[in-house]
Amino acid sequence: MSGQPLLKVRGVETYYGNIRALNGVDVEVNQGEIACLIGANGAGKSTLMMTICGSPQARTGQVIFDGRDITRMPTHEIARLRIAQSPEGRRIFPRMTVYENLQMGASLDNLKYFDEDVKRIFKLFPRLEERQSQRGGTLSGGEQQMLSIGRALMARPKLLLLDEPSLGLAPLIVKQIFEAIKELNKTEGLTVFLVEQNAFAALRLSDRAYVMVNGHVTMQGSGKELLANPEVRAAYLEGGRH
Amino acid sequence: MEYFVQQLVNGLTLGSIYGLVAIGYTMVYGIIGMVNFAHGDIFMLGAFAALIVFLVLSPIIGFTGVAVLVLLLAMLVVAMLMTSLWNWTIERVAYRPLRGSFRLAPLITAIGMSIFLSNFIQVAQGPRNKPIPGLVNDVYTIAGISVSLKQIVIMVVTAVLLAIFWYIVNHTPLGRAQRATEQDRKMAALLGIDVDRTISITFIMGAALAAVAGSMYLIYYGVASYNDGFVPGVKAFTAAVLGGIGSLPGAVLGGLLIGLIESLWSAYFTIAYKDVATFAILAFVLIFKPSGLLGRPEVEKV
Ligand SMILES: Nc1ncnc2c1ncn2[C@@H]1O[C@H](COP(=O)(O)OP(=O)(O)O)[C@@H](O)[C@H]1O
Ligand SMILES: [Mg+2]
Repeated sequence: MSGQPLLKVRGVETYYGNIRALNGVDVEVNQGEIACLIGANGAGKSTLMMTICGSPQARTGQVIFDGRDITRMPTHEIARLRIAQSPEGRRIFPRMTVYENLQMGASLDNLKYFDEDVKRIFKLFPRLEERQSQRGGTLSGGEQQMLSIGRALMARPKLLLLDEPSLGLAPLIVKQIFEAIKELNKTEGLTVFLVEQNAFAALRLSDRAYVMVNGHVTMQGSGKELLANPEVRAAYLEGGRH
Repeated sequence: MEYFVQQLVNGLTLGSIYGLVAIGYTMVYGIIGMVNFAHGDIFMLGAFAALIVFLVLSPIIGFTGVAVLVLLLAMLVVAMLMTSLWNWTIERVAYRPLRGSFRLAPLITAIGMSIFLSNFIQVAQGPRNKPIPGLVNDVYTIAGISVSLKQIVIMVVTAVLLAIFWYIVNHTPLGRAQRATEQDRKMAALLGIDVDRTISITFIMGAALAAVAGSMYLIYYGVASYNDGFVPGVKAFTAAVLGGIGSLPGAVLGGLLIGLIESLWSAYFTIAYKDVATFAILAFVLIFKPSGLLGRPEVEKV
C-alpha cells in the first residue's frame, strides 16, 4: 500500500490578486500516510489545501495526484478524483439538515453507497445521528467539525484533506477526532493530509510533517523528528498554544 | 359578497401567473445573487413562442374540440423549450463572463438584455398587440360566482408545476446541488458539484416556468405585445421581493398576494391606478422590510 507518492506539490506559487500567498511550495504525501502541515496563522496552510483542490489555482508549479497533473483542473473535477476536503471554517451548508449535508458528501456516487456509508459515519460520530434532521447552521462548533469530516468521508476519498480539525473544540472532542483519523488510516489505509495549530497532537499522529513559514516550507521530517527538533519546540510547542 | 369572491378568483388566477414568473427571479437571485431584469422579457418571449405555435398550427388542425388540447400542449412545450434555450444562452454569453466582477456589472447587463429582448421582438414581430381568438371559452357559474375554464386551467397547471418544482428542489440530487450552490458555491465545487452547470439548469428551470406563465397570460388575455415583459415583469419581481427574494414559497405567496391586490384594487378603487398600487408595495417593502414576508433577514437591498 504505502510507499508511492499519492500527492506531489512542486514549486507551487499561489496568488490572491497581486499578493503571493505561496512562495514555491514542495510537499509530498505517500499512499497510506498521515502527513501534517504546521505553521503560524497566515503562513499559507489553508491556501495550500485549497490550491490542491484548484480553488484558487496555482499560478506556477504543479500539483500531481496519483500520477496526474491536476494543476489546471476545475475544482469539481478534482473532487471526482476522490480528493475530499474538510476546509477551513468547516463550510457546513447552513440551511441543509445534517443528513442532507452528508448526502452532499456522497454526490459523486449519486448516493450509491450512501446507506452503508452513513451508518459508518454515525458510528464514528454518534452525535451526528442524534442531530440528523437538524439544520447545519444550528450545530455547535464541535458538531459542525464532525459533520465536515463526515461529509468529506462520504465521498470515499483516496486523499482526505483536513484543515484544522481541532480548531475551537473541547480537548475531549479533539481527542476523539484524532482517534477517528488514526483509526481510518490504520483500518482502511486512508491517506490523510492535515493542517494543524494543535502541533503536538498532529506531530504525534503523523508519519510525515512540514513546517510552513510565510508561504515557504522551512522544515520537514517525520512527525517524531519535528517533535524532537528544538526550533519546532520553541516556535510551535512550548509556550505555544498547547 | 359575490362580487368580492369573484375578485378573489380573478386575483388568484393572475397571482398564479405572477407567482410562476417570480420563482425565476427568486431562484436566480438565490443562486448567483443577481436580479435578472431580463426575466420579465423571457416571460414575454414565452407568450410569443406560444403565439407563433398557435398561428402555425391552428390553420392546419383548427381550434375546436381535441385540437384545442393539442394546441395548448404544443404551445406550452414549444414555449418552454424556446425560452429555456434563450435564457441558457443569455446566461452563457451575458452573465457568466461577468461572474466575479463587481456586483453592479451583471445587473446593468441584465437591464441591457431586457431592452434588447423587447426591442428585438418589437422589430421582429411588430409593435402592435397580437391577438388570438379565445381558445377555452367555457364559463361555469357556481353560487353566483363565474369561474372560467381558462382560470381553472391556469390554477391547476400552476399547482401541478409548483408541486413538481417543489419536489425537484427538495428531494432530488439536482435540487440539493442547487441549494448547496446557493449556500456555498466553493464548498459545492469541493464536493464535486459542477457549479456552472447547476447555474445553467437554474436559468433553464426559471425560463420554463416563465414560459408556462407567458403562454397562460396569452390565453387569458388573448393578446401578446413586445412590451409585456415590462409591467408584468416588474409585478412578478415585486411579488418575489414581497415574498422575500431567494425564498421559493415566498415567491408563490408574493405572486398570489400581488394578484389579489391588483384585482381587488381594480374592483374597489380606480383601475387606472392598479399598477401604482403594486409599485407602491414594492417601494414600501424595500424600505421597511427588505427581507420580505418569508425571506431571510441578511438579504441585501438591490
Ligand atoms: N481570500 C483571500 N484573499 C486575499 N488574501 C488571502 C485570502 N485568503 C488568505 N489570504 C492571505 O494569504 C495568506 C495565507 O493565508 P492562509 O492560507 O489562510 O494562512 P493559514 O491557513 O496558514 O493561516 C495570508 O496572508 C492571508 O491574509
Ligand atoms: Mg488556515
